[in-house]
Amino acid sequence: MDSKNNTKESVWGGGNRPMKASYGKLMMWFFLITDALTFSAFLGAYGYHRFTHFTDWPIADEVFTHFPFVHGHYPLFYVALMTFILIMSSVTMVLAVHAGHHMNKKGVIIWMFLTIVGGITFLGSQAWEWYHFIKGTEKGALLIPSGEHGQKRVAHYVGVHDSHHGDTDHGPNLENIDENLDIVEAEYLDGQPVPKDLLVKNNKGEFIYAEQIFGAPLTGEYAFRYNEYGHTTFSNFFYFITGFHGFHVFTGVLINIVIFINVLRGVYHRRGHYEMVEKVGLYWHFVDLVWVFVFTFFYLV
Amino acid sequence: MGKENSTREIWLVFWLLLIVTAIEVVLGIIKPDFMLERRLIGVTLLNHTFIILTIVKAYYIVYSFMHLGSEKKNLKWSILLPVWVLIPYLLFILLTEAFYQHEMYY
Repeated sequence: MDSKNNTKESVWGGGNRPMKASYGKLMMWFFLITDALTFSAFLGAYGYHRFTHFTDWPIADEVFTHFPFVHGHYPLFYVALMTFILIMSSVTMVLAVHAGHHMNKKGVIIWMFLTIVGGITFLGSQAWEWYHFIKGTEKGALLIPSGEHGQKRVAHYVGVHDSHHGDTDHGPNLENIDENLDIVEAEYLDGQPVPKDLLVKNNKGEFIYAEQIFGAPLTGEYAFRYNEYGHTTFSNFFYFITGFHGFHVFTGVLINIVIFINVLRGVYHRRGHYEMVEKVGLYWHFVDLVWVFVFTFFYLV
Repeated sequence: MGKENSTREIWLVFWLLLIVTAIEVVLGIIKPDFMLERRLIGVTLLNHTFIILTIVKAYYIVYSFMHLGSEKKNLKWSILLPVWVLIPYLLFILLTEAFYQHEMYY
């Protein structure tokens, strides 16, 4: 770390530093390489499943259309806000590192504090996003029994990639299950009341009861098996990739808090440099970097 | 320790990231027809644009915010080379196989 303590300065005695970087910083970089490979494996696996099932794959900006305090269809706005929050916290982090280079303790405190606030705000936003993804839309989708072994198929309102419906005023997309299905406008069947839009008729004239399903349930009978958005792999990858990224943000916030406390106690000021802030900064920027890719490959493409 | 960047440069990169993200969001909402119609290696022009803009953002985050631009040359290469070789390779294998799977079984 500090060359003062190196007693041997010869090439083979461990004295030379070909990277001109400290041990800690170097190891942070190599950890980030492995983490980058992990995330690219996840996003690559997502791409694999998406291309394998692309006719049944939900269009992300028809799934994520909520915005706090307003009703309506606002695709991408919320996730753009989340991206903005994370980029902003990355900027405050780099400003903290900058202040550290100038041994400006007060500057480091202010900018690191704002970084932590940004990170917590991002986590809260993600919780809100998850909540709405789990809860689903008001209409949900129809879960229709098909096949002889109790399988069900989902007729969703949300557009999938092979059929751009684009608005939820259309009825549920029955064609993706069976071209011959039709919704029956009946109020009673066999003397029993039937909720609206829940009775389906096939071309043999058989009536089938459909169920409504909302969001992507994490608990209950249909957890991870059926959801209103389309192929379940989509929601599984959503939970996995954004969850894993959110876990990184969470640990990033924790590490930031630890370093922040040390900055407050003056540990790095006494040490003579703020390299620890720089190292945790590397991690924090990496989290931002990953989000840039998640944003593109999950929400945009 | 790398050469430090000035506050001016930090804010310049911030505006760049913000503007590029805004362009991405606007394109994602409008989805211009001419960008959806044109395809290159099975991917629409719109998606190519998204990917290129993402790489531009990634470059500035790594180069400026993470100070990799001012590190020593051999440190730069030992970080970038594994990533540049392994990730495109992995994606090439996975996505090629996915197209094949889709054609064969779905």
